[in-house]
Amino acid sequence: MSIAAAIADTLEEQPHHNKPQKAGKLTPYWLMLPGLLWLAIFFVVPLVTLFGTSLMTPVPGGEVGEFEQTFHFANYWNTLTDSTYYVPLFRSFLYAGAATLLALAIGYPLAYAIAFKGGKYRNLLLVLVIAPFFVSFILRTVAWRQILADEGPVVAILRWAGLVSETGGVYPSAFAVIMGLTYNFLPFMTLPIYASLERVDHRLIEAAGDLYAKPITGFRKVTFPLSLPGVVAGTLLTFIPAAGDYVNAALLGRPSNTMIGNRIEYTFLSVNDYPTAAVLSFILMASILVLVLFYVRRLGTEDLV
Amino acid sequence: MSKTDITKAEGDLYLENLVKSFADFTAVDNLSLHVPQGHFFALLGPSGCGKTTTLRMVAGLEPPTAGRIRIGEADITYEKPYRRPVNTVFQNYALFPHMTIWENVAFGLRRRGVKDVTKQVDDALALIELSAVAKRKPAQLSGGQQQRVALARAIVNRPAVLLLDEPLGALDLKLRRQMQLELKRIQTEVGLTFIHVTHDQEEAMTMADTVAVMNNGVIEQLGPPTELYESPHTAFVANFLGQSNLFGAQVVQTSGDDVILEDSDGRFVMPRARVADRVNLTAGTRVLVGVRPEKIHIEALDDAAPAPSHGNFVDGVVVTSSFLGVSTQYEVRTSGGDVINVFAQNLSAREMLSTGSRVRLSWLPVHGFVLSGSEDINAGVEQELVLS
Amino acid sequence: MSTTAKAPATVRMRTWSGDNVLKIYAFIAFVYLLLPVAYTFVFSFNDAGRTNLVWRGFTLDNWRNPCGAPQVCESVVNSVVLAAGVTVVATILGAMIAFALVRHQFRGRSTTNLTIFLPMATPEVVLGSSLLALFLNVFVPLGFWTVFIAHVMFCISFVVVTVKARVASLDARLEQAAMDLYASEREAFRRITLPLVMPGIAAAALLAFSLSFDDFIITNFNSGQFTTFPKFVYVASTRGIPAQANVIASAMFFIALALVLISQIRSMRRKEV
Repeated sequence: MSIAAAIADTLEEQPHHNKPQKAGKLTPYWLMLPGLLWLAIFFVVPLVTLFGTSLMTPVPGGEVGEFEQTFHFANYWNTLTDSTYYVPLFRSFLYAGAATLLALAIGYPLAYAIAFKGGKYRNLLLVLVIAPFFVSFILRTVAWRQILADEGPVVAILRWAGLVSETGGVYPSAFAVIMGLTYNFLPFMTLPIYASLERVDHRLIEAAGDLYAKPITGFRKVTFPLSLPGVVAGTLLTFIPAAGDYVNAALLGRPSNTMIGNRIEYTFLSVNDYPTAAVLSFILMASILVLVLFYVRRLGTEDLV
Repeated sequence: MSKTDITKAEGDLYLENLVKSFADFTAVDNLSLHVPQGHFFALLGPSGCGKTTTLRMVAGLEPPTAGRIRIGEADITYEKPYRRPVNTVFQNYALFPHMTIWENVAFGLRRRGVKDVTKQVDDALALIELSAVAKRKPAQLSGGQQQRVALARAIVNRPAVLLLDEPLGALDLKLRRQMQLELKRIQTEVGLTFIHVTHDQEEAMTMADTVAVMNNGVIEQLGPPTELYESPHTAFVANFLGQSNLFGAQVVQTSGDDVILEDSDGRFVMPRARVADRVNLTAGTRVLVGVRPEKIHIEALDDAAPAPSHGNFVDGVVVTSSFLGVSTQYEVRTSGGDVINVFAQNLSAREMLSTGSRVRLSWLPVHGFVLSGSEDINAGVEQELVLS
Repeated sequence: MSTTAKAPATVRMRTWSGDNVLKIYAFIAFVYLLLPVAYTFVFSFNDAGRTNLVWRGFTLDNWRNPCGAPQVCESVVNSVVLAAGVTVVATILGAMIAFALVRHQFRGRSTTNLTIFLPMATPEVVLGSSLLALFLNVFVPLGFWTVFIAHVMFCISFVVVTVKARVASLDARLEQAAMDLYASEREAFRRITLPLVMPGIAAAALLAFSLSFDDFIITNFNSGQFTTFPKFVYVASTRGIPAQANVIASAMFFIALALVLISQIRSMRRKEV
């Protein structure tokens, strides 16, 4: 039976007699069942077990990777107070924050230019914005590594401009990591802002001008506030994944630039210290959640999805 | 009745004691209706009166709370929409955007399993004079053209009943007038039963053989347009169709075929035939007297003969006067305090009566009508749009 | 208010700079966006040794023999097959959820919304590592199927969001019109709803494909020996990425770009008709 028929069947009302019928009450549940089941088993359950893992402690006298459940909540405190972990955590938020601000600084004018000056080429320009995604993420980042290398053109210009010493470089460094983060998430910032700006009714701006506002005031008081939902969406879509990323730090940074993502990966895969990795994961998620809630409430916007 | 019969049912349309109620209010309240086959029937009323809900129940898009719907002998009350020999022209046309005009029109025929639809579709397109755009998509057509396509899409199926839900609402005035004549022509040519729902009383009166005026879920009056207009039974109908002057009066006595009424401006005579059904005519009862503005003759008081020239009369002072070209509209305040509207047809190039001049208003008794005193004198008066 | 005299120079300069500063800025931003792409493309022509780090000379050999380096083509094929499978499953599951969310009322809506949208807000490290922990605990061997499961998991949310938007914008009256015209619920769905929702479903499928193909972090945790293209590049980045990888990436870039541009131009032209 084709999928279309299956879906339509579940939407179909039951055979009637000569009495009024209500639409199938169970239909939505059947429709959602497979997808929700998948998410329940492969997303919810892992998270729950991860939480359980975060409360484990090593089996005394056991091998590496052997743990037992002891509900050891102290794991959280111990990890939070360990500089091996809280330093990368703060660093992650620092880098992600910097990358978000940079992405905003680059992305907002870009979105504005496309929305207001793009004319009939708008869609083509938008394609160019997401075009970098057609090249693999890793390759893009590796390309930056080459572009920022000491022998590369960027450093040459910087040396010539005197911004960098004769022997200094840009890679690997915090700067390179932030650059990579900004670059990789720029489309996530640009597109929502564009979507918001595109919806702004131009007549509102004209009305502002008619009411004695200078263009810059018109922007400040009319356009920018109306684009705020896009800005909020863009900053969240940039900050959240950036905070958890580790590839940029791995490819473009030194050990002194490790982010929390690196720590988690290392702790999990190399050290096999599953409880600590789990603790770090939840601390990361919790901090992101707190920051996001604080941020969204301050700006007070409606549904993001 | 076997299943195949229902889809081919034909005959008169009967709505019997139809009720549709929601949690907090009743949209359609015990409505009964009989529409003969081939009739052009209009369901007229203000927004929220229940006319669209009634239509949707006939179409099958809304199940009734109680009551029956029949076409001929077939009971279609709870049948699915796709099993009823009923088609709808929707208010927003609801043309399928991803299909061409031709495919839109052919849709119903194909769903019913008609093998070769070419001739029927071509004929339908010719009827609405849009054969040239058959290959286009709806988005490429103007509003008026889309409306015609929606009509053709419904008509091509030759349903027992064709429902039109305010189909002309989105068109501009000139186009609307044009389409009104078109619809009437097509209906006469094809001979289908049309049920036209609208809030525009001019539209209903122009096109329909029979008009039903609906208000708050019930039909206030039903009949040919002229009958509804000249002999309204309720204040709502009197005010909703055209304009009426309504004022209170008291029954003095009945004498033979006449009724004598009196109010602060004097006495009036009305033929009993002009009194709505079931109005109590015992002496002393309060009633409403109605006269339409175009039926009133206005003269400057100095010109008038001492005796009343045209039956009933009342004197007053002009409050406002507006020259409209075709007519001059006056508001006159009578000595008793009522304000009466008068439309004076521009028959001669005589001078407009100025504000403040004393005038005599007179009308033939047979041009008035009498309603029950319990009617709300302001029912159906066109209000400024109030957003509830 | 027509005047034949030109506006004063200061005003002209201000308008010129106002108009063009933004355009110049945007141009620079585009250069920034496309720089690594250009670099990758250029270096695909490099007569590289093992590392392709320094420009040695122009050659077409890499393009003539894109599968020359070991594992390049194998990993690409793996990624394509994986992404294709993930797309099919995730799109179907996600579309079904989207329909349920938009068209039906049911209890537990907020919990459902949370379950569906939380994966999008969870860091990939956490998604990947938690799922790996599950697989380890249940002694499931890592490989194609574990990555497949992981990819479908995180793609469903994106599919739901994309399809939901499209379904919500669909005029419900069109289905009523179809039923009024003798189409049963099934026919109305097949002939009216589905075709009109298809662009949204197609967009969701495309999104799922790209997300799956390009994914690294979650894949890294859950794939065992199964190598996808991003994984191959990452591992190779420590010792030297073969130029063939650049070839593949550039080819994919141009194919994808061409497809998108073609569909854009077609829809632009359709609107003009």
